[in-house]
Amino acid sequence: MNQESSLPTTPPDKQSQWSGGKETIESPNRWKKTGETWLIGLLLPVTLTLGWEIAVVQGWSSDRLLPTVSTILNTLWDLVQSGELPTHIANTLQRVFLGFVFGTLTGTVLGSLSGYWPLVRQLLDPTLQALRSIPSIAWVPMFILWFGIFETSKVVLIAVGVFFPIYLSLSDALRSVDRKLVEVGQSFRFQHHELILRILLPATLPTYLVSLRTGLGLGWMFVVAAEFMGAEYGLGYLLIDGQQTGRPAVILGAIVIFALLGKLTDWLVALLAGCWLSWQDGFQTGENHA
Amino acid sequence: MLDIRKLQKRYPNGFLALADFSLSVKQGEILAIVGGSGCGKSTLLRLIAGLDQPTAGSILLDGTTVLAPRPEIGVVFQEPRLMPWLTISKNVAFGIRHLPIEEQNQRVERVLERVGLATLSQRWPKELSGGQAQRVALARALVGQPEVLLLDEPYSALDALTRHDLQEHLLKLWVDQRPTLILVTHDIEEALFLADRIVVLQPQPGRVKSSFPVYLEHPRQRQDSLFLEWRSKLLAELNQAAQAHEKSTLSA
Repeated sequence: MNQESSLPTTPPDKQSQWSGGKETIESPNRWKKTGETWLIGLLLPVTLTLGWEIAVVQGWSSDRLLPTVSTILNTLWDLVQSGELPTHIANTLQRVFLGFVFGTLTGTVLGSLSGYWPLVRQLLDPTLQALRSIPSIAWVPMFILWFGIFETSKVVLIAVGVFFPIYLSLSDALRSVDRKLVEVGQSFRFQHHELILRILLPATLPTYLVSLRTGLGLGWMFVVAAEFMGAEYGLGYLLIDGQQTGRPAVILGAIVIFALLGKLTDWLVALLAGCWLSWQDGFQTGENHA
Repeated sequence: MLDIRKLQKRYPNGFLALADFSLSVKQGEILAIVGGSGCGKSTLLRLIAGLDQPTAGSILLDGTTVLAPRPEIGVVFQEPRLMPWLTISKNVAFGIRHLPIEEQNQRVERVLERVGLATLSQRWPKELSGGQAQRVALARALVGQPEVLLLDEPYSALDALTRHDLQEHLLKLWVDQRPTLILVTHDIEEALFLADRIVVLQPQPGRVKSSFPVYLEHPRQRQDSLFLEWRSKLLAELNQAAQAHEKSTLSA
């Protein structure tokens, strides 16, 4: 008799064994692994800092030109105690946050539209590409003229910086979404907004989240430019202040804070991204981004 | 009842994929369409699904023309085409998103049970094997309880064992609601195992060469002498179709 058709169908409990093994094997080592990753990441900055400190203490370099880490930390500590630093940080964070939110919103909306409708793309893209090549600093006088010297002009400038990477990568990513997945949506009679929200945007999510990080990075660049144009508070202002009063420790202190905040906010976005992307099946996905 | 009348499809590049194609499919019939590559099998299925428009002729489902995808028609593609960012149960619910959430959950649960994947409902597509993924695709097409189910070489990418398994499984599922099944395949054995009627296509342009009912009792046995006889008959028919095409291209 026929052998093939008498074969039993696979029982459900066996099927679940096929796919479940991976995570359970990894989990006991996970914390150890995370610790190692952190150590490797810290190796370079710690070595550099120590070398720097030693160089100054040994007299190979002058503390006036290149203040040591301890000098910078002391300066920062003084600024914290006087209450100045928290104010500067709060001001800068607020600007970056607002600029990031507005830039992301406009970038997402326009990027989606121009990625989905060829007509919108033909209409918008040339202009936006031309605007993109204008250096950020060039906008400063006009933004002050249009939006005043206070917060609005600064937030707008940061938003412009955040907007472009998000707009560009979203509109490009949308156009390259797998046609086969889109067809599934069409076969279920999806409307335009459903196609965008349920298939196209999720499919582009990995690229989109990377563009959020790029956008945030540019936001941090642009906030300095923004705070150079007459701010009373903010880390950019602190930078200028350190320059004008001849205190390199303050300048470097501000730079250190920028680095820390930039890293911290990027890490937060990456963490969020990791939560949203657990479905991804790629080379080295699941590797942490810290 | 699905009625295809004098269908023609010419692509913008001038290629004539289907010409003068007529076919009637009864409600609840299992129809297999076999043919070599390039004879318009997939084009035909896309037209019936409403994913593409014919250049001439029409497709009528219960008397109304198919112009765009319709809820009564479900499609299973060659690849599972699951959304990698949705869990299995959410992927299945894709087809019934307009229903209230409770009914969605019930239906998804029921259909996953029927395809034997109830335990995997919260998994990601990347965690499934090829056969499991194709079952999910089938569940997604069935959950809306379509009148017509179109299958475009659904098992061609699977290994022989899994393929046989899923073919039997498909018949078991069919018994439940008895939708019209239109299966496009290049696998003669698959067609013989499943279909009530087999239509052989002739290439360039794609048209019906012959159509014959399969008088074999279910469950069919692949090693049965009658089954094997049908198989060689069908193979001869396919070869003839291919040769006729070669001859016509040589003389042209």
